[in-house]
Amino acid sequence: MKFGIVVFPGSNCDADAYYAVRDGLGVPVEYIWHGTRDVGGFDCIVLPGGFAYGDYLRAGAIARFSPVMDAVLEFAERGGLVLGICNGFQVLLECGLLPGAMLRNDSLQFRCGYVNLKVENAATPFTNALERGRVIRLPIAHGEGNYYADSQTLGNLQAAGRVLFRYCDGEGNVTAEANPNGSLLNIAGICNSRGNVAGMMPHPERAYQRILGSADGLEIFRSVTSFLGGR
Amino acid sequence: MAGEDRAGPEREPTCEQIVGRKLWRGMGLKDFEFERIRGLLGRSPNWTELGMFAVLWSEHCAYKHSRAVLRTLPTSGPGVLVGPGENAGVVDIGDGLAVAFKMESHNHPSAVEPYQGAATGVGGIIRDILAMGARPIALVDPLRFGELSDMKVRRLFAGVVAGIAGYGNCVGIPTVGGEVAFEDCYADNPLCNVMCVGLIERGAIKRGVAAGVGNSVMLVGHLTGRDGIHGATFASEELGEDSESKRPNVQVGDPFYEKLLIEACLEMMSTGRVVGIQDMGAAGITSSCAETAARAGTGIEIDVAKVPLRERRMSPYEIMLSESQERMLVIVERGGEDGVAAVCRKWGLPCSAIGRVTGDGMFRVLDRGAVRAEVPASVLVNEAPVLEPGWEEPAYLAGARSFDHRSVPVPGDMENAFRTVLASPSIASKAWVYRQYDHMVQTNTVVLPGADAAVIRIRNEGGRPEKGLALKADGNGRYCYLDPVTGGRIAVAEAARNVACVGARPLAITDCLNFGNPEKPDVFWQFRGVIEGIREACEALGTPVTGGNVSFYNESRNRAIYPTPIVGMVGLMDDASKATTPGFKAEGDLIVLLGETIDELGGTEYLKRVHGMVAGKPPSIDLRREKALIEVLVEACSSGILGSAHDISDGGLAVALAECCFFGLPGARGADVTIPWVGRADSLLFSETQSRAVVTVRPGMERELADICRSKGVPYTAIGRVGGRRLRIAATGVGVLIDAYTADVERLWLEVIPCLMNG
Amino acid sequence: MNLRATVTVTLKRSVLDPQGAAVRSGLLSMGYDKVRDVRVGKHLVLELDGCASPEEGSRMVDEMCRRLLANPVIEEYRFEIAEAPSRGGHEC
Repeated sequence: MKFGIVVFPGSNCDADAYYAVRDGLGVPVEYIWHGTRDVGGFDCIVLPGGFAYGDYLRAGAIARFSPVMDAVLEFAERGGLVLGICNGFQVLLECGLLPGAMLRNDSLQFRCGYVNLKVENAATPFTNALERGRVIRLPIAHGEGNYYADSQTLGNLQAAGRVLFRYCDGEGNVTAEANPNGSLLNIAGICNSRGNVAGMMPHPERAYQRILGSADGLEIFRSVTSFLGGR
Repeated sequence: MAGEDRAGPEREPTCEQIVGRKLWRGMGLKDFEFERIRGLLGRSPNWTELGMFAVLWSEHCAYKHSRAVLRTLPTSGPGVLVGPGENAGVVDIGDGLAVAFKMESHNHPSAVEPYQGAATGVGGIIRDILAMGARPIALVDPLRFGELSDMKVRRLFAGVVAGIAGYGNCVGIPTVGGEVAFEDCYADNPLCNVMCVGLIERGAIKRGVAAGVGNSVMLVGHLTGRDGIHGATFASEELGEDSESKRPNVQVGDPFYEKLLIEACLEMMSTGRVVGIQDMGAAGITSSCAETAARAGTGIEIDVAKVPLRERRMSPYEIMLSESQERMLVIVERGGEDGVAAVCRKWGLPCSAIGRVTGDGMFRVLDRGAVRAEVPASVLVNEAPVLEPGWEEPAYLAGARSFDHRSVPVPGDMENAFRTVLASPSIASKAWVYRQYDHMVQTNTVVLPGADAAVIRIRNEGGRPEKGLALKADGNGRYCYLDPVTGGRIAVAEAARNVACVGARPLAITDCLNFGNPEKPDVFWQFRGVIEGIREACEALGTPVTGGNVSFYNESRNRAIYPTPIVGMVGLMDDASKATTPGFKAEGDLIVLLGETIDELGGTEYLKRVHGMVAGKPPSIDLRREKALIEVLVEACSSGILGSAHDISDGGLAVALAECCFFGLPGARGADVTIPWVGRADSLLFSETQSRAVVTVRPGMERELADICRSKGVPYTAIGRVGGRRLRIAATGVGVLIDAYTADVERLWLEVIPCLMNG
Repeated sequence: MNLRATVTVTLKRSVLDPQGAAVRSGLLSMGYDKVRDVRVGKHLVLELDGCASPEEGSRMVDEMCRRLLANPVIEEYRFEIAEAPSRGGHEC
């Protein structure tokens, strides 16, 4: 079992994801350079956070045209697991692997800090180590995490159980006050219809050790390994 | 291609015109300085040479007014690997590792264009750390603004914070701390100081040296444009009515490029072919070439035609003085150029060999082979005049000193006074600021912003406890205004105490010295006093100064800022997982006041906010007591007997206790304390007497803490217990002074800045 | 022929524009009470060399807008195309 972490020019959470998988999970992991067209040998590919290509024009807009993204699209097509975190989520939206788009945070400011997330679907490759309804604590750090999709897309996402996480308060209530960026329906993470591609704005790789304030993020990576191990 | 389409010398003034029209004056040089240049060169400089002298001999680069006084600071110690004079100081942290750190100001650019001014300040200090060979791991940003009731100030504040966020977040370096204070004197002259910290293996420390005759001089990073020509000169003048029109001097930062530059430079340095490396900050190619050559005792020869340009028709003068951002000068072993170029290609960065190291000590600038400037590098770097400005005690001090706090009425409603102090923007929660900064990227931040000091863990793969670096910036301009020596001492002492409160031993400091016009005797008097105070405290606490920056001319319309030294302290702890935070931990924990409160109110936040006065002597400080308290805190934290620790500073004991409640864990957000006291009630609550801290003790450990305090001679007073949902403060003999719901006063404290900023 | 394309990208009407709303409220607070709506967008200027015709340039720019310059999920675009001013001479 091996994880691959894509490195775009401007990725800055690539090393964090690497450490979380290697040290937190204890699973082999390698970087994948954006110029490569070969992602053979990997079981799960992580598109990490950061500011790929400076996020100039729109977050993730230029990164999706990297050579590696063709390979990632094929990998996903074949059923490979792809997890986009923060900027990686934005890239997945831009390249169409996931529906919707990101707007600027409604505060118009970058937001960094811990948020509470309600697990909406625990039956996916990325959430099976959690329980539905559980509240986990993860950091966010983004300026464009205000999830938008038209009402039909939102309806489809909800009906198919493709909303993975929603921003909530400490007791699991999904409220406007708990929404850090204005996302529709407090959406923090979603997956594709097949369930093998997921994107989330919060950073599980920043919460893999107690010393960092939370180890809840490790459950996301554990879900992946238990899914792959039981396959 | 570079070199084509460029303006020739025919459009520039001749030597005769320079002399005839005294053109050096327009560049900020004084007549006697021009004569000195002529004497040193034995001839008149041409236009390009004059520009080079103007920037390198500016106050910003040459420290003309401060150099002699700065020499009095202690700069060496057992852990100091690199002291002042290099791009950054470096201290040893054991295990073969070292920490590079430095603080700088970007005040003038931030005043004119807050977003870009702050952003490029962050970029510049990151490159200084990178130039030591270190990977940047943290940023700390101390800021000063006018009062937020002023719309222009709000714009500056919002812009500076957004600029720091915009740059720091994108480059992926956590901004883990800082401090912000608001005083009217900063209304037109905000302070934007930036500190960066980097981690490096001891053996891999780099220097900014152009060593090895024949080695290549390479330029890596952004193309060169007309950005910021004469920025250093701009920083060496007072801001005037025309400062707005100087906007073209402010450069635009590109954090994406900086991120690539960091990765590329670290990768090329690991090849072993890089001899020296230097940031191109103020005065760009001119200063980086001259300084690397002067440090190495060599010469340097470059051809401007080989500099990749972003704009057309740039003259050698413009190329030499451009302050385009995100560029580094790299001195590469002969034969290593291809390796460096390959790394740059990988990261998509332009890179070109622009010249070579020579043995003749000259800094020679060619244009397609023709000599356009030729001056000894050491003359540019080391021969600027060292000035000895006159000094004189300012007139305002006599009045301020005669203040007696007994003349101030004691408020009838102490709780109301407490709310007024809590609602001071300088005291209020700064979450509005730090939630805009990515303070967690790199996943090493163990203690987040808001605590006494930030803590970064030093990753190790051996399963041993991970060391922690504690970082803190501090400085109180009001104290320095009222008594520079005491204010200087407190700046160091408070930073050290903050670092000790999280459990780290203070190691060393960098300082950023923000003052008015040094040519004015009262300003220079303040400067001398502050340096004396810093020197005394650094000696007493064993924290040498490894570098820093002086920012003069922070004044406009004849009004100077308060003398504001900012001390950036680095501390070390053996086990980051033992870091102590200010929040109360559990109901029933004993609350202990360490140190002694003096009945004094001079210079306090309370005096200013409640009584509208800036007067009196600043809080007293005894450096021996401070050292003893620091030793108690470090020992108690490392032996795990403390639940929480919080320093008592701005706002006094009442604010410190309130913050311990606000940061408290669920169930530990209240306190009931009674303090033995015989003086004025407002002094008990709001005195800012130094060398004090509020700690809680883990159950059963009370005796141990008392023993440690006794052995160090630190006063120990058990004042109450953690618990409930209220903060209740009483004094023996006087009775209850404050009794409020924590959540109630916390809301006030949290909402002050957001409310002001949202109008 | 050398062309200059001027592209404007804005959020779709159906998408809330928080930046525009903030600018509007700022202007209102300054006393400009006639400002009914503000939309913030992006303005891009593309210089194209060696196009066979303005129509070819137009086709290219339209494709660039669809593929990269605008995100059709949230944004709409429009552009104008004109012959580029001749280069050479003094540029500032």
